[in-house]
Amino acid sequence: MDQYQKPAVRILTLAALLILTAVVLAGGFVLLQNMQDSKILMTLFAVIWGLFSVALLYYVLNSIAQTMPRKIRSVTVAIVFAGPAILILFWALVLPTLRSLRLSFMDATGSKFVGLDNYAFAFTDPIMLESFRNNLLWMFFGTLSCVVLGIIIAVLADKSKRERLIKSLIFMPMAISFVGAGVIWKFIYAYKGEGVNIADIGLLNAIVTALGGQAQAWLLIPFWNNFFLIAIMVWLQTGYSMVILSSAIKAIPEAINEAARVDGANAFRIFFNITIPTIMPTIITVTTTVLIFSLKIFDIVRVMTGGNYGTNVIANEFYLRQFTYGNSGQASAIAIVLLVVIVPVLAYNLREFRGRKTLK
Amino acid sequence: MSKTNQGKKLSLGQFLIGLVLVIIIVGWTIPTLGIFVTSFRDSRDIYGSGWWTVLPHKDLVKSDEFELPSDTNPNIPVTIEGVTATFEEWRQGQTLEDGRTLRWYGNKRSRKIEVFQEKWIGFGANLTLQNYRDVLSGREVSYQDAQGNTISRQGNNFSDAVLNSLAVSIPATVIPILIAAFAAYAFAWMEFPGRRPLFIMVVALLVVPLQIALIPILRDYTRWGLNGTFVGMWLAHTGFGLPLAIYLLYNYISTLPRDIFESAYLDGATPFTTFVRLVLPLSIPALASFAIFQFLWVWNDYLVALVFLGDKNRVVTSALAAMIGEKGQDWHLLTSGAFLSMILPLAVFFGLQKFFIRGLMAGSVKG
Repeated sequence: MDQYQKPAVRILTLAALLILTAVVLAGGFVLLQNMQDSKILMTLFAVIWGLFSVALLYYVLNSIAQTMPRKIRSVTVAIVFAGPAILILFWALVLPTLRSLRLSFMDATGSKFVGLDNYAFAFTDPIMLESFRNNLLWMFFGTLSCVVLGIIIAVLADKSKRERLIKSLIFMPMAISFVGAGVIWKFIYAYKGEGVNIADIGLLNAIVTALGGQAQAWLLIPFWNNFFLIAIMVWLQTGYSMVILSSAIKAIPEAINEAARVDGANAFRIFFNITIPTIMPTIITVTTTVLIFSLKIFDIVRVMTGGNYGTNVIANEFYLRQFTYGNSGQASAIAIVLLVVIVPVLAYNLREFRGRKTLK
Repeated sequence: MSKTNQGKKLSLGQFLIGLVLVIIIVGWTIPTLGIFVTSFRDSRDIYGSGWWTVLPHKDLVKSDEFELPSDTNPNIPVTIEGVTATFEEWRQGQTLEDGRTLRWYGNKRSRKIEVFQEKWIGFGANLTLQNYRDVLSGREVSYQDAQGNTISRQGNNFSDAVLNSLAVSIPATVIPILIAAFAAYAFAWMEFPGRRPLFIMVVALLVVPLQIALIPILRDYTRWGLNGTFVGMWLAHTGFGLPLAIYLLYNYISTLPRDIFESAYLDGATPFTTFVRLVLPLSIPALASFAIFQFLWVWNDYLVALVFLGDKNRVVTSALAAMIGEKGQDWHLLTSGAFLSMILPLAVFFGLQKFFIRGLMAGSVKG
């Protein structure tokens, strides 16, 4: 239909559309800033306006691309389709990586070059060394517990009639935010102090005193408090490793297990000699994912202890450096360290991707 | 004979497996159950006893109190109802032969004795919705602690936080999906310069930790006046969610059969109409999985909200975290707030479990 219109009409229509888009985008933004009084109205408006503007933007850009000469039209359309995503990726992730790298060589305000000072801080400051140690604890004990518990539950649930129910209940914490989980576990570790006839309201202290022990402020015990925080991540993340490992276990042909059983192997030998070696690739994938996850752990520590009492971790120190001490140089250096630790995984992903021969 | 033995052995094994599973399940669900129960308890009860006391159990219940004669000397052992004990021992409580327990209340000068009797309790649960009303309210609220003192607090206005969370999460879910679907379609079915290197970039960005981007983006937002705005949150979450969204949707859209596109083009459809009429409807399973993942990710996110929203327009996670900081011991508010923040994710979880698990599995690599 468009082809039969006069060029002048088409250009005018497009210009009108462009102006409309600009008005919708800018006007909506201004309106949104002035709607703070009525939250419900603002929420509704935000949702509708946000979606409508994005859809409109694509529609207008596409209409413009359609007016291009036939030769370059298909490339222009492709650019309209992929362009916004690429632009946002560059702005949100690619350029920030370079900008953080630059900032990591600058002083607190990002105005003066200080060489490697920030990296010297990142690798020698006592608080950073403590954070590295704690992150290693998280990565080793947290990941190990998640994966081992995940395998155990997957194997046991596989033999149960109520498998689906069991898996849902173990997986459920994945739906809960770290902050919510923080409240849940703070309540478990709650400590009411010393005194006569104090009724414990924290579950852990109630159990400990019922067994004849002494109530404790668990989150204040140096070194071991890290493990009380790691327990929260294990509670949250075991469901993830369980579900993935469970599907790998189910993919093992029953004939192999049957053959081993006929040869006289018991359940334990089947588990260690058949199940584990077969699902090894999946175990490695799950372990890597949980490792990265525990490297970046932030919310739990921030909410539970704020990084005090010897529980600090790298991601929390990143936050403190930027927002408490206002030192963007040191914070950026920490962010770069986080990235560098992840680079091997990134390289592995890329190699896998090339191996798959997609996108020739 | 040996066959029955085998059967018994098997059932014993089954029993042990069942037992271990029950222990694990109980351990996994009790934490959530604890705050769920607590959020409905009266504030006075919460500080006086553990949440598990709502279950029927035997406990000491105060039945009476009396005062000792004013000439009683608490510095020497005191004899009450035939039992002699020191002040410290009376404070701990002494059990009489008839089963009653007597405790000295307060300091030495009070000379007040409380009488307790062991009784079955927990049948008449004293449950309330007041905690939820208090935490949702933005006005001043008051409650009673274990000693019966009235404490006043500024309400947390959690209802506002829930609305803010919705205003952040819904667009921050749908906008990246829309943008990513366009891009995934282009990567899968269109030719343009730089297509392969750009897609490799997307794959590389999958695991990049978002800490790396926070400070530069914050500087941009300060310059553009986007700090503390919803638009800023949508844009940031769109950026952080795009690599995964493009990757997942590409994996799906690239497997759609080529014929449908060819016949659509033969019918004179433009790529845009093909995309809107064919690709989007056909990709609904992939779109739904990612939508659930992204929605929960944004809803549960704390770091991005903390950095870009700050104390303005608090979302549920930052409101809850602020409550932990300001009122760490106000368990009646904390538990009801935590539960409010969990309702939506849990509803999504139980309602759309299949998509939910698929989405989380696919999204677990996210930086």
